[in-house]
Amino acid sequence: MIRDKVLVKCIVNGKEVAEYVDPRESLLDMLRNRLGLTSVKKGCEVGECGACTVIIDGETVDSCIYLAVWAEGKNIRTLEGLEKNGDLTRIQEAFIEEGAIQCGFCTPGFVMSATVLLERGEVLTREAIKKHMSGNLCRCTGYQNIVNAVEKVMKENAAENEGA
Amino acid sequence: MYDIENYYNAKSVEEAAALLREHPDSRIISGGSDVLIKIREGKMAGTSLVCIRDIKEIQGISKKENGDIYIGAGTTFSHITNDPIIQECIPVLGEAVDQVGGPQIRNIGTIGGNICNGAVSADSAPTVFSLNALLRIEDGNGGRTVPVKEFYLGPGRVDLKRGEILTHVIIPAEEYQGYHGHYIKYSMRKAMDIATLSCSVVSRVDTEKNILEDVRITFGVAAPVPFRCEKTEAALKGMPVDEKLYQTIEESIRQEISPRDSWRASREFRLQIGGEIAKRALIRTVELAGGNRK
Repeated sequence: MIRDKVLVKCIVNGKEVAEYVDPRESLLDMLRNRLGLTSVKKGCEVGECGACTVIIDGETVDSCIYLAVWAEGKNIRTLEGLEKNGDLTRIQEAFIEEGAIQCGFCTPGFVMSATVLLERGEVLTREAIKKHMSGNLCRCTGYQNIVNAVEKVMKENAAENEGA
Repeated sequence: MYDIENYYNAKSVEEAAALLREHPDSRIISGGSDVLIKIREGKMAGTSLVCIRDIKEIQGISKKENGDIYIGAGTTFSHITNDPIIQECIPVLGEAVDQVGGPQIRNIGTIGGNICNGAVSADSAPTVFSLNALLRIEDGNGGRTVPVKEFYLGPGRVDLKRGEILTHVIIPAEEYQGYHGHYIKYSMRKAMDIATLSCSVVSRVDTEKNILEDVRITFGVAAPVPFRCEKTEAALKGMPVDEKLYQTIEESIRQEISPRDSWRASREFRLQIGGEIAKRALIRTVELAGGNRK
């Protein structure tokens, strides 16, 4: 029987965090219940829907199938860490402009997947964008507007880089 | 909360082997994308876990002086796909594991877990078979090395005894140098789906003489374990590269594989696409070799 909690030290949204967690606990539960980061949504809990997507050391991960103890020493980012002084990031604005949100439950996960993709600075085809976003499910929008939003920001970034 | 009885974290292969022997009710967890889901579903509820994620020596990819490629069992699918050695020497393996699940799963799932689960639909398996890979297994007492073909015993069953850990997938130099490979996964969805049928072809073409010198064809989901089509391989070896070759592979595969009916697809449908994807994969390997296909 597991009785003892384990101390996990990691960085969450730029801040050092130290929490005693149960070794049976998912990172999703730790982020939501211990740290109050409720942008991380509990959807399918089996790594299919992507609603709980967070960025760990630069890679997207479904936090529902990731044990909290594995977070030791990791750099974790959630949607809460994106805004700066109350301003949304460009991809968040683009989701609004393109109508890429309906009920909103899948949105934080989609934004995290898009964030990693855009930070890589590559310019991809629509097909390649879809492939990168394929681990996130949306039951409302039909995906077109989500891909439009990602494509829009990708093109803006590319134009900016060319201008610079 | 996951229904886990006890959780042990191994820092070395020796420690993992000792923990597994000490706790007979325990099983290995690496990426977790299969084990945690089975715990959630209840199939492995109440199990104890020996975690091998912190064992650095079984992560990453290296090429030895003799050209043999060692892939650490704990290397994630996305790291395999992005690895320069894999991209240069065996791109087919990087492409195959890039078809597992979705990006989030490829960032945690490992090739060792993919193989040790013994699932016939594993996206790494057909290519690992077609590359005649060897598996390095350690037990803290010298260990052993086995051909991958002997490792799969049945659906979900592999030849891994208590206290043993798969540490490396070895691709010997002579098995990939001069060869080109292509993997085709047939599934209902483009992502987040498991294969209805899959086929990996690895071939060596003499482009001067226009001869198929060597070919290896492995199917996933055509039998209880990944299935090497040895009869077809024997029939094709030495044939000139032309339309007749492609016709022969298509027909011969339909004779040789014996897929089952399941809710995913009927036997007849699998036979039909089996011939087709084997042919298409072979054509692609010939193109990659610079063969004379129009």
